[in-house]
Amino acid sequence: MLFKILSKDGFRSLVEIILQSNEIIAPKKIGTKADGDPIHQFLPVTSFEEMDLDYRTTEYSAKTYFLPYRENLCTFDFEADDWEQKIAYRMQPRAIIGLRAFDINALTKLDKVFSKGRFPSPYYISRRKNTFIVGIDREPLEDEFCQSIGADIVTHGFDLFMTDLGDRYFVAVDSDRGFNLLNRVDVREVTDEDTQAYKEVRKRIQNGFKTKINLSNLPNLLDLEFTSEVWKKWGDKCLSCGSCAMVCPTCYCYGVSEEVSMDFKEGARVKQLYSCNLLDFARVAGGHNFRPDQETRLKYRYYHQHRGFLEDYDEPKCVGCNRCGRVCLAGISPAAVIRDLYEENV
Amino acid sequence: MCPLPLRSYDVRLESEMNQPLDFNRLLRLKPVAKVFKSEITGVIRLTEMEKLFHIRIIDDAERERFSFLPGQFVMLEVPGYGEVPISISSSPSNKGYIELCIRKAGTVTNALHRAHRGAKVGIRGPFGTNFPLERMEGQSILLIAGGLGLAPLRAPIFHVTENRSDFRDVHILYGTKDPDQLLFDYQYEEWRRIDDVNIQVIVEQANDSWKGPVGLITKLLDNVTIDPNGTYAIVCGPPVMFKFVCGQLSQMGIPMDRMFVSLERRMHCGMGKCCRCNVGDTYTCTDGPVFDYWSVINLKEAI
Repeated sequence: MLFKILSKDGFRSLVEIILQSNEIIAPKKIGTKADGDPIHQFLPVTSFEEMDLDYRTTEYSAKTYFLPYRENLCTFDFEADDWEQKIAYRMQPRAIIGLRAFDINALTKLDKVFSKGRFPSPYYISRRKNTFIVGIDREPLEDEFCQSIGADIVTHGFDLFMTDLGDRYFVAVDSDRGFNLLNRVDVREVTDEDTQAYKEVRKRIQNGFKTKINLSNLPNLLDLEFTSEVWKKWGDKCLSCGSCAMVCPTCYCYGVSEEVSMDFKEGARVKQLYSCNLLDFARVAGGHNFRPDQETRLKYRYYHQHRGFLEDYDEPKCVGCNRCGRVCLAGISPAAVIRDLYEENV
Repeated sequence: MCPLPLRSYDVRLESEMNQPLDFNRLLRLKPVAKVFKSEITGVIRLTEMEKLFHIRIIDDAERERFSFLPGQFVMLEVPGYGEVPISISSSPSNKGYIELCIRKAGTVTNALHRAHRGAKVGIRGPFGTNFPLERMEGQSILLIAGGLGLAPLRAPIFHVTENRSDFRDVHILYGTKDPDQLLFDYQYEEWRRIDDVNIQVIVEQANDSWKGPVGLITKLLDNVTIDPNGTYAIVCGPPVMFKFVCGQLSQMGIPMDRMFVSLERRMHCGMGKCCRCNVGDTYTCTDGPVFDYWSVINLKEAI
């Protein structure tokens, strides 16, 4: 990995260079909560000032720029008794600035699902490769458990990853387009002093993780506790609204449906993100539902996160951002559910 | 003049993307949503609820390339209505067209039931695992179906009857609720006339014209003598049937990893992405739909 030192002014010019011809998505303050905390979201910005890199967290993850909530897989032009299928992929490059380490780790997990294996998705790959990613590190929030899950450190999956050293950024470079772009602004080599300062900051960040959850033997435990009362306890609270999957940076399941225009001349096959907590997730033709109650659906969500995904890709699907815990209307937090499983709190 | 900061990436220029579509060969990047445009060349009424559709891929080169193994399914696209997973009911040796047996159950299938020959639909696939018939060669084989289960079972039946000498004893057992629901009733006689194929049909509730046996499908197993060391079973039908039939087969001494079943889920992609058919760590579309029964009972809440 190449490291460089970028001045704060240099970063500003870097953003401005990209903005000249490309869209930038960055954390943007969109309001204030009742308790005074700011609300941030990843949204397109038009100037450097609109970005707020000191954000605490965003309500939604940046997933939507890779797996949009709604996306046309293809369109159909109808004519007489015939039709023609058309497929379009994303071509416009854009940049996302300000992703935290766990959000980039979430993308590398999605990469495993969508750009590898037997059926790589050209929809995902075209969006992923057209996105320039600048990450930034910061101290975690109290309820984030990325460290327990091993998602607090990022080693690949970005173009540039910055750590704020006060008056300058310590930048890790992971792609040639990142390297080339960096060379167009005020950048210098790393000195021993910079490395020392970087290590200090890293130490502070690593010590910042307050929520720790025990994940050892969890896949096994999930099998053992398949009929545990813990699932009933938490399942009874679940409202089956699907908010958790909405905000999750790695939830990718979807449904496909078709739409026809009012004049019957065009149609589209639309992919829409779904949630395994929604009632009809596992319903089949004829009306049978393989997971009719909240309890089973909630259980399967944890199963996929911590066992099913692990079996396929050797790592849990969860990155520990706790967005789902914060957004849940019923107060279901993953840390609490997993703790209950270990301690058999029913 | 500086180059643009970020260059456009065109996924269509990936070399793998330009190779011809063939979902059965392990190739990488493909326009995975592209369908083979096909024509319904014939419709056969089977019962009140089920019709058999003959579907031919229009493009000669695509049709030539399309091949499937018994047990696999295709995604059938009816533009404007939707896309549904349907198992292939025809013989794998049949090159010109495939046959899909479809029950009227939802939006897409209802639209299909209104369609006539000449209508243009799309197919993607084939997807999924197949019944390992090559492993069963030289052995006896039990082909057991309940209700609509005869649709996926018909492909292995064709394979077995067309290659009769590759197998020892062949038993085809089929059961439904009542005689009106029997699928492909015009074919039993044909299969019965094949030398040394034992076919038995049973219904749960007889009507006045029914002359055959009455009862559950497990009753037919009582009349079958098998060599447990050299017999494979393929069981297709509703999940509840698996428990009883495979349970009885177990008692008869057939190992559970020699019984194959086909699971049903509502797939939306066929490629292990949408998670709708996910059971634990298993995707019914890519790891299945054909599983051996041992794997199924190890998959929690699979049936």
